[in-house]
Amino acid sequence: MADKAQSRAMAARLLQAFLAAGAQEITPDLLQPAEALLDLYGEDIRARAYVTADPLRGEMMLRPDFTLPVVQEHMANGADPARYAYAGEVFRRQDHRGPARSNEYFQAGFEIFDRADPEAADAEVFALFASLLANVNLSATIGDMGLLRAAVDGLETLPARKAALARHIWRPKRFQHLLARYSGQIAVPKARVDLLNGARSDAPWIGLRQPEEMAARIAALQADAAAAPLPITSVTALNALAALRCPASDAPAQLRALNIAPLTPAITRLEHRLEALARRGIDLTALQFDASHGRSTMEYYDGFVFTFTAADPALPPVATGGRYDALTRHLGQGREIPAVGGVIRAGLLADLEAQL
Amino acid sequence: MSTIKLGVPSKGRLMEKTFEWFGARGVTLRRSGSEREYAGAVEGAEGVSLVLLSAGEIPRELAAGRIHLGVTGSDLVQEKLADWESQVASLAPMGFGHADLIIAVPDCWADVDCLEDLDAAAHQFRAAHGFRLRIATKYHRLVREFLTQQGVADWQLVDSQGATEGTIANLTAEAIADITSSGETLRANHLKILSDALIHQSQATLFAARAADWSGHETHLAALAQQLGLDAPAL
Repeated sequence: MADKAQSRAMAARLLQAFLAAGAQEITPDLLQPAEALLDLYGEDIRARAYVTADPLRGEMMLRPDFTLPVVQEHMANGADPARYAYAGEVFRRQDHRGPARSNEYFQAGFEIFDRADPEAADAEVFALFASLLANVNLSATIGDMGLLRAAVDGLETLPARKAALARHIWRPKRFQHLLARYSGQIAVPKARVDLLNGARSDAPWIGLRQPEEMAARIAALQADAAAAPLPITSVTALNALAALRCPASDAPAQLRALNIAPLTPAITRLEHRLEALARRGIDLTALQFDASHGRSTMEYYDGFVFTFTAADPALPPVATGGRYDALTRHLGQGREIPAVGGVIRAGLLADLEAQL
Repeated sequence: MSTIKLGVPSKGRLMEKTFEWFGARGVTLRRSGSEREYAGAVEGAEGVSLVLLSAGEIPRELAAGRIHLGVTGSDLVQEKLADWESQVASLAPMGFGHADLIIAVPDCWADVDCLEDLDAAAHQFRAAHGFRLRIATKYHRLVREFLTQQGVADWQLVDSQGATEGTIANLTAEAIADITSSGETLRANHLKILSDALIHQSQATLFAARAADWSGHETHLAALAQQLGLDAPAL
C-alpha cells in the first residue's frame, strides 16, 4: 500500500497535469458545513461522512468529496467558462471491513464549467483521465444518465408518473416497483382501494404535515387510478434500455434498434460525444458502454458518466466522473451552467503503478 | 485461572428470563451478595463466570472482547456494531424479549399505508416545507440501511432516545421508527404502523465475541455449548 507521502506525491503530480491542461487550482476547506451536503445527498452522507460540531458554525463535516464545494465556489464567483483542479484528502466513514475501505485518502480532480459544447467537454475530461491512467491496465466504462431520463420523459402517461420515475432513476428497486405499479402488473393494495373509495381515519390530526397536503395527494392518486395503465411494451422497452451493455462503438446502433423514438436527441448527443472521444484518440471498441452505469452509486450525475477500474474486483474504482448540470442549477439559485468532471484516487493509482 | 466471561443484563425481566433460559438447560446463574451488588455466580458449567451489565452496553463489551459471551437484544447488536456478523457470532435466539422495529406515521394520514406512500408523501412534504421528512429514532443504522435498501427518498433521521412516539405531536418529526411489542403506545399517540416496513424482529440472543481471547477456553466452551444444546461456535 502506498503510504501517505506517496499518495500525496501522486495527487500533486495529477494536480500539475490538470493545471497544465488549463485548470486553475481550487482549495476547498477540510471542514464543510453539513447542511448543504445533507440537502444534496440525504441521510446517506451522514453514514459516510464524519460529522462534528462547531459552536458558531453548527454541524460540520470533514470534506467527504470536492464536487459540492467546487460547484458552490464556482456558482458564487466563478468565471464563465472555467476549468478547476484540486488535490487533497477526503474522509469517509466505513461501516464494513475490507482492504479497499480507506477512511481517508487523496483525490485529485478536474472539473469543466463550459456552455459551448458539452459533449466536447465530456470527451476532454475523459481523454485527459485516460492519458493520465494510460500506464496502468484499467478498463473504462461509460454511460449516459440522459438516455434513461429521456426515455422516461417520453413515456405517454401522466406527468406525475414520469416525474416519480425520473426521481427514482438512481434507485432501481423503487423505479421497478413504480413501473410495475403504473403498468398494473402488481395489484393495487387494499388500503389504496379503500382510500379511493373514501375511507378516512377518525384519529385527530397531529404533526406538521397539513390536511391540505393529504388532500392534494389523494387527488393525485385518484387521477392516477383514472389513467390508463402504462403499456407493457413501454416497460419492456425501458428495461431493455436499462440492460444495454456493449462496446461504445456499437452503442448508437444498438440504442436505435430499441426503437424508442424519444431517445433520438439523446442518441445524437451520444454520437457527438463518441466522435469527440475518437478524435482525442480513444479506442471506442475497447470502451464499454453500460446504459445503467452510475444508476445506484452516482446520484447527482445526470448525463455522461464514466469509471476506470482495475482488474481486482475488491478495489474501488480508480477514477470516476460525470456530468452534473442539474447540480449547478440546484446550487446556483436561478443560474446554471453545464458542468462535467471527475476524480482520481491518487493512493490507489500509486499502488497500481508500484505493481508494474 | 481465567474464565469464560458471560455478560447478562443486570436487572429486570431480561435478567430473570435469561436466568430461566440457562436454568432450563442445567446452568444456574444467580446474583451473589446483596440485591444491589452487580456480582454473580455460575453453577453447572465449568470455567464460566457471570458479569452483570446494562443490556445496552453488552454489544460494546462483546465487540471489545472484554466478555466472551453475552445476552442482549439482536436489535442492539445490529444497531450498535458495524458489520455485526464480523464482530460477534449469534449462538442462540432465546425466545423472549420479542420486539419489532417498525415505522409508524400519524393515523390521520389516510393516504399513507406503505413505503410507496411514505416515499411519495416525503417528496411532497419536502417540496411544501423545504426540508426532508423527519423520522425520529434511536436506531439510526438499521433504519438508514432499510430505507436506503428499499429506495425511499427525501427523508432524514432525527435522534430520539426516548418518548419517541411524542415527537410527531411535538412537531419535531413527521414519522418514527421504534420498537414495539403490543403497539399500545403507538395507538395511544394516534400513530399507525406501515404495512410493509418491518425493519427487524428482535429477540434476546446469546452472542459470542470474535475479538475475545478464547485460548485456553476451548474445552470449557465446547462443554458449555453441549450443556446448552448448541453447536460449538466457529469463532
